[in-house]
Amino acid sequence: MQVTAMDIYRLLPQTNCEDCDEAACGEASCMAFATKLSEKEAQLELCTELSEESFNKLEALLAPAVREITIGTGDKTITIGGDEVLYRYELTYYNPTALVIDIADNLSDTEFDERVKTIEETEFERIGEMLTLDAIALRNASGDAEKFAEAAAKLKTTKLPLILCSFDPEAMKAALEKVGDERPLIYAVNEANLDEMALMALEYNCPVCVFAPNDLEKMKQISHTLREKGIEDIVLDPGTYVDEGVGDSLDNFVMIRRLAVEERDEDFRFPLLGIPALTWLYEKDEIKGGIREATIAAILMNKYADVLIFHGTDIWELIPVLTLRQGIYTDPRKPQAVDPGLYEFGELDKNSPVLMTTNFALTFYTVEGDIKGKANTYLLVLDTEGRAVDVSLAGGQLNAEAVADLIKETGIEDKVDTRTLIIPGLSAPVSGEIEDESGWEVLVGPRDSSGVPGFLDDLKKKS
Amino acid sequence: MDKMSQLLKLLEKTDYIEINEFRMDFDELELQLMPAMQRVAQQVVTKQAAVQESMKMMETVEFAPPIKDYPGEVAEVQLGAGTRKPVYLGGQQALYRFEESQPHEPVVTFDVFDIPMPGLPRPIREHFSDVMEHPGEWAKKAVKDFGANMVTIHLIGTGPKVMDKTPRQAAEDIEEVLQAVDVPLVVGGSGDPQKDPIILEAAAMAAEDERCLLASANLDLDYKRVAKAAVDYNHAVLSWAITDINMQKTLNKYLMKEGLTQNDIVMDPTTCALGYGIEFSIDVITRTRLAALKGDKDLQMPMSSGTTNAWGSREAWMKNDAWGPTDYRGPIWEIFTGLTMMLCGVDIFMMLHPLSVQLLSEIGSTFTKEYLTTDVPDISNWITELE
Ligand code: B12
Ligand code: SF4
Repeated sequence: MQVTAMDIYRLLPQTNCEDCDEAACGEASCMAFATKLSEKEAQLELCTELSEESFNKLEALLAPAVREITIGTGDKTITIGGDEVLYRYELTYYNPTALVIDIADNLSDTEFDERVKTIEETEFERIGEMLTLDAIALRNASGDAEKFAEAAAKLKTTKLPLILCSFDPEAMKAALEKVGDERPLIYAVNEANLDEMALMALEYNCPVCVFAPNDLEKMKQISHTLREKGIEDIVLDPGTYVDEGVGDSLDNFVMIRRLAVEERDEDFRFPLLGIPALTWLYEKDEIKGGIREATIAAILMNKYADVLIFHGTDIWELIPVLTLRQGIYTDPRKPQAVDPGLYEFGELDKNSPVLMTTNFALTFYTVEGDIKGKANTYLLVLDTEGRAVDVSLAGGQLNAEAVADLIKETGIEDKVDTRTLIIPGLSAPVSGEIEDESGWEVLVGPRDSSGVPGFLDDLKKKS
Repeated sequence: MDKMSQLLKLLEKTDYIEINEFRMDFDELELQLMPAMQRVAQQVVTKQAAVQESMKMMETVEFAPPIKDYPGEVAEVQLGAGTRKPVYLGGQQALYRFEESQPHEPVVTFDVFDIPMPGLPRPIREHFSDVMEHPGEWAKKAVKDFGANMVTIHLIGTGPKVMDKTPRQAAEDIEEVLQAVDVPLVVGGSGDPQKDPIILEAAAMAAEDERCLLASANLDLDYKRVAKAAVDYNHAVLSWAITDINMQKTLNKYLMKEGLTQNDIVMDPTTCALGYGIEFSIDVITRTRLAALKGDKDLQMPMSSGTTNAWGSREAWMKNDAWGPTDYRGPIWEIFTGLTMMLCGVDIFMMLHPLSVQLLSEIGSTFTKEYLTTDVPDISNWITELE
């Protein structure tokens, strides 16, 4: 269960640092610091007044239900896990699912390099955020230790952290000799290779993944054993089934996360790894395979996957996955808004057009994406408390008075001679009222902002 | 830092060293190193001993699945009666199938319109262009060729600004579809709050005793009239609130005051599409289903998703070479939207694209199976088997 500020306060010094000039934690009181800690907005280390015992107790108390694990080192890192709740509305989810692409160790040099390049360069911009992939999973497809090590060595130059995939301890050892200092995720421990893999995880201080397909009892046993050996950074793969078996995969994922969050079962308090790439064991058609692989990814991401390994790299397959991740991992406690006011695009003069939109982040960035570099225009952004055009129209935040105030406050009337405001197509119902209230002429623009550049071109032609 | 402290620092972080490969000049081996060496050596010995222990340890750990008891359950709603093959929604007594397998497969209802709908995205028009003049033919194709469990007939043409079709004409369209297929129907209006209750009433009368789902009742229109039509002619009602659990509760209460029961109501908590606020829907739908299982009588109805909202997203329909062909993006957008809603507890899906429908149904049907009763392939060699 989630830790409350009161639970934390009990273990703090409760002195409010009254004897010092200033509290080391930077808060007015221990209670305030406890609240910050419970919301994960402060670091425990800030309080300098703690005994070692209280510190350790607090550290355990504050540890997230799911252990936070870092793969990689330096600039090449990705952090996974860290979740506290089963449902995002209860708090928020932390550390977006790491999206990983596999690469086989038996590709030709050119194929290999090209694939690495594709992985590194995949990107998709949405709501002002550049969405990218997070890691590369090197797969010991050849079954050969030397090939695996060679391929691992080649990946030293990539910008992304690594997952090393082999069940063969020999191969793993060979690859770790090359890249073990980069803290790759060792995939995977099973019953057969447990001891050897465990030793390597300790020797190289790398996180390690447990693979126990459709057998949570075995998974618990292996995880428990690893913990007893002193391994702390564990990832769990309960098996990804892509046909009718997907129901079992889903059950396994949910059960593990429930055990971690609600029962604090120490053997399951670890991030989950899924492999939609397994789709391609059965599906050879490139399009059907891509659609199915994405579908499996969507299921597992919705139900707690912290790492997903893909085989397909088509952008049409990855865009929905990236978008879903962005949605699931937005913080429900924060309004998704941008600063209201006046924004400028391109080269402007006294005759430049003036557009209006709302300050909902999705709306603003969509509009921005449609006009940046494509039109020279002023954009007035109305404070609708972060609501979309039709939502704020229905809710009343988008109204004639607010628009008139915005025109006044931004001083746009000093910047342009025109007195024509172009509003979103969806806000047509208030166009008359805006005219009355502001004294400006109102032009109703297209419903979708992708039509804005064309709309402005037509206006120019007409005048 | 001198060499020695550096080494000590290193050793502190090391969990394991191979002592036989350890080389060091003798004069560097100062006394202070010895305790650290001993500690590390000791650790290594302990860890190696632990390895021998592992097999023993594995046998002593036991596992119990985390199954919960829920005080409440979701009401069952029958759609289709009379000349229709019925389908059933709801009836869940648990959140997940490992607790209690779901009593019914999720249901898909295909969108059909009373007018040709030139605005439909191309990947969908492609499949239905030959039948769009006749809602009956359109419905038949959805059922015969694409396996629809149900058909939604949207009476868009009744919109005052569309074709302003009369209630009489609406009734005729309903009759045409009823004749053409034997699956249950969802009947939708044009979205005009003044006219919808009148149209839904005429449609309800035309389909008496066929147990359609009237879409929809909401707080912005004369929901009493819609509820009365359902009670009088034996239909169910879709209760629609916009991502607001309190509004949903209020509306359900009002509807039940008008004589409808839990078994006559399906809720639409609103589906915001992937990328367009899907997280709002995830939260509201999850909370609604959890409330039902906890015993909130006003929220114990099955849920519906207007999954076709996905096609309004620009990533689904807009041509853009950098995003790849819409032929694939569109269906994935719809399937992602539907699937996400399904995983939060939605029972019935209004959809448009045959491929999305196929995938959603396939996955949905696994929900009625029990945990570990499916034959699963051996994936233990996936690393070498994958091409
Ligand atoms: C998500 C959502 C919500 C979320 C809010 C999300 C948010 N932060 O805004 C929540 C759950 C809070 C919500 C609440 C409500 N909602 Co709501 N909601 C939606 C939903 C599903 C999506 C809205 C969205 O995100 N759109 C995406 C953004 C990018 O679109 P946009 O801002 O319109 O921008 C586009 C265009 O307008 C245009 N554009 C934008 N700027 C500009 C500028 C220029 C110059 C031009 C030319 C074009 C242009 O291009 C953009 C890209 O396409 C819509 C239904 C739908 N549209 O799918 C209903 C919808 C908007 N909601 C609706 C309603 C009624 C409400 C409520 C009033 C419900 C209630 N009774 O409480 C409340 C109002 C809350 C308030 N304002 O106080 C109705 C509005 C009906 C109407 N037109 O009157 C809708 C249409 C649902 C429906 N079919 O009934 N809602
Ligand atoms: S630094 Fe520690 S003791 Fe001082 S006010 Fe903050 S929490 Fe309390």
